[in-house]
Amino acid sequence: MALTVPTLADMNARGETPEVLFWVGCAGSFDDRAKRITKAIARILDAAKVPFAVLGAEESCTGDPAKRAGNEFLFQMQAAQNIAVLNGYGVKRIVTGCPHCFNTLKNEYPELGGNYEVLHHTQFIQQLIADGRLKIADGQPFKGKRITFHDPCYLGRGNGEYQAPREALAALDADLVEMRRCKKNGLCCGAGGAQMFKDAEKGDREVNHERTDDVLQTGAKVVATGCPFCNTMMTDGVKNAEREGEIEVKDIAELIAEAADLL
Amino acid sequence: MAHLIGQLTFLVLLCTAGFFFARRIRQISSNIKLGRDVNRSDRPKERWAIMAKVALGQSKMVVRPVAGIMHIVIYAGFILINIEVLEILIDGLFGTHRIFAPFLGGFYNFLIATFEWLALGVLVACVVFLVRRNILPIARFRSPEMKGWPKNDANIILVVEVLLMFAFLSMNAADALAQARGLDHYIAAGSFPVSQWLHPLYSGLSDAGIVAVERGAWWFHIVGILAFLVYVPYSKHFHIFLAFPNTWYSDLTPAGSLDNMAAVKKEVDLMMSGDPFAAPAASAEEPVAEPAPFGAKDVKDLTWKQLMEAYSCTECGRCTSSCPANATGKLLSPRKIMMDTRDRVEEVGKAIQAAGGQWGEGDGKSLLGDYISEEELWACTSCQACVEACPINISPMGIILDMRRSLIMEDSKAPEPITAMFNNVENNGAPWAFPAADRGKWTDELASES
Repeated sequence: MALTVPTLADMNARGETPEVLFWVGCAGSFDDRAKRITKAIARILDAAKVPFAVLGAEESCTGDPAKRAGNEFLFQMQAAQNIAVLNGYGVKRIVTGCPHCFNTLKNEYPELGGNYEVLHHTQFIQQLIADGRLKIADGQPFKGKRITFHDPCYLGRGNGEYQAPREALAALDADLVEMRRCKKNGLCCGAGGAQMFKDAEKGDREVNHERTDDVLQTGAKVVATGCPFCNTMMTDGVKNAEREGEIEVKDIAELIAEAADLL
Repeated sequence: MAHLIGQLTFLVLLCTAGFFFARRIRQISSNIKLGRDVNRSDRPKERWAIMAKVALGQSKMVVRPVAGIMHIVIYAGFILINIEVLEILIDGLFGTHRIFAPFLGGFYNFLIATFEWLALGVLVACVVFLVRRNILPIARFRSPEMKGWPKNDANIILVVEVLLMFAFLSMNAADALAQARGLDHYIAAGSFPVSQWLHPLYSGLSDAGIVAVERGAWWFHIVGILAFLVYVPYSKHFHIFLAFPNTWYSDLTPAGSLDNMAAVKKEVDLMMSGDPFAAPAASAEEPVAEPAPFGAKDVKDLTWKQLMEAYSCTECGRCTSSCPANATGKLLSPRKIMMDTRDRVEEVGKAIQAAGGQWGEGDGKSLLGDYISEEELWACTSCQACVEACPINISPMGIILDMRRSLIMEDSKAPEPITAMFNNVENNGAPWAFPAADRGKWTDELASES
């Protein structure tokens, strides 16, 4: 079904104010795999009748990868530019599709003049389910299926959110299992700190291969993620283990959208 | 007369140990103050709560139960047996013997019995720790940075603790035997549930032999403790003191949050203000000062809190064993970052002292480059596992990211793909070379789905 997503500029021109701004992020905008996650989030927001908008061409990198790579100047330039746009529209509430954007907007922008309520998409989806705004269809595609959740560092350890993604997954009536290293002790996928944009340093193996071992130990058929970069890394890890036929790597938004019969 | 000589000797030893301890503390304190300022005194209520939970309550130690519980035994033993040490100090200074016994009566027996059980617990835990460190194949005790002095340091501490506990129990065993024989000076006091097992070792001795063992063990115990007091601040073991302030001064922001550099904010504000005259006007009013470097190249560019963390680290290696980079064979070890920082600040501190308080042009060396390599820094995924794992809230990641800032903003040194990423963010607002106009493409696709 066709779905029209308005930009904040469109809405503003019509004199409307959205309930939330959906901050898509760079991966969600440009990466073909991550775009499917973005579309799932949009479908969920639409199905839950949440008036939302995106910035479209006015969105720009939060500056997170620059900051973690040591380029504070570039980060603050990006922040200043984004804050000018967000404040210009009077944005109050933001839902992000990426835990890195989430962390930066939530923790690092306030001091620079950007004060918003910022939610990660798994938190918002969990709220929508809990409030009864989003209905999961009967005849669950994931009923009894073994699923394991890979904690994104910047949602879990970084901001102490371990519960919301798990509660959202609980709606699937699946067989949720934890990996050996989870929650506070969760192992990174290997992409953070700007590693996504460079080759790994010399070592014995790749971090995502190490993490894939944790997945294989659980016998899970689905790896649930909450970050487009984790998604890429885990997909590559499963491929490297030659298990791509058996194990799917999907964002929580995709799993929920599928269960709610939105895809 | 013999008593008086004993008392005087004791007084001299006590003062000497106190002097060397105080001198070393002053040196460490001035080394820590070489760091940049940072405010870590806000929200005091939360700080006391964190200190109570993490340092006093050892909440993060028990995450790994085997080492954690044994550590609590040693910790409790250390703190409680100090009550006994207080008695030993008073007895030593005034020539008394078991001075607390008459005041405390039955409670004294309870205390001594408790100390004996704790001493046994400490002894067992230290032996297990020695086995773990030297025999069992536990990876975090075998990392490259643990060769040589760090390994010896750990073993020295454990062996000394074993000897101290053995001396304490021997002292009590001989004391009980002396009491039973009604020897002069040995008042009937104490209950000795553990040290009674040592009686067969000493019961064959003459009266004089018993007294010699009791006095010998007493002196060994207290001199050992005083020597330990002087040794500890030169050792990784200094965490027994610094764990408390180090947790009090914890970073209270979420672990994912990284500080916004104030100096950069100033420049960005000027650029964004759009007023071409703003910059010169503002700087003309301010005194011209040597601009502080961006990021950290050497220990003086780190904050005092980061330097305190370096002195607080006891090299347990929980950070390193939870680091994804280290687990996959990369050069990075967060523990080494802390050890290097400590070694370097010691070196700088000594050089400044030798030069009569001057640093001037420095010694041509720096933490970044001479101790920590770029390869180590670029292996970090900023996942905060090291921060989470540290039992006393040290952040090796903070130092790593501050050094990346120096590499980028002072030296413009980055792996080529990182430079490309910077260029993309700068030119088209994304880490990849896609135009901003394409950001909405997915909405077009969604609008045309059937």
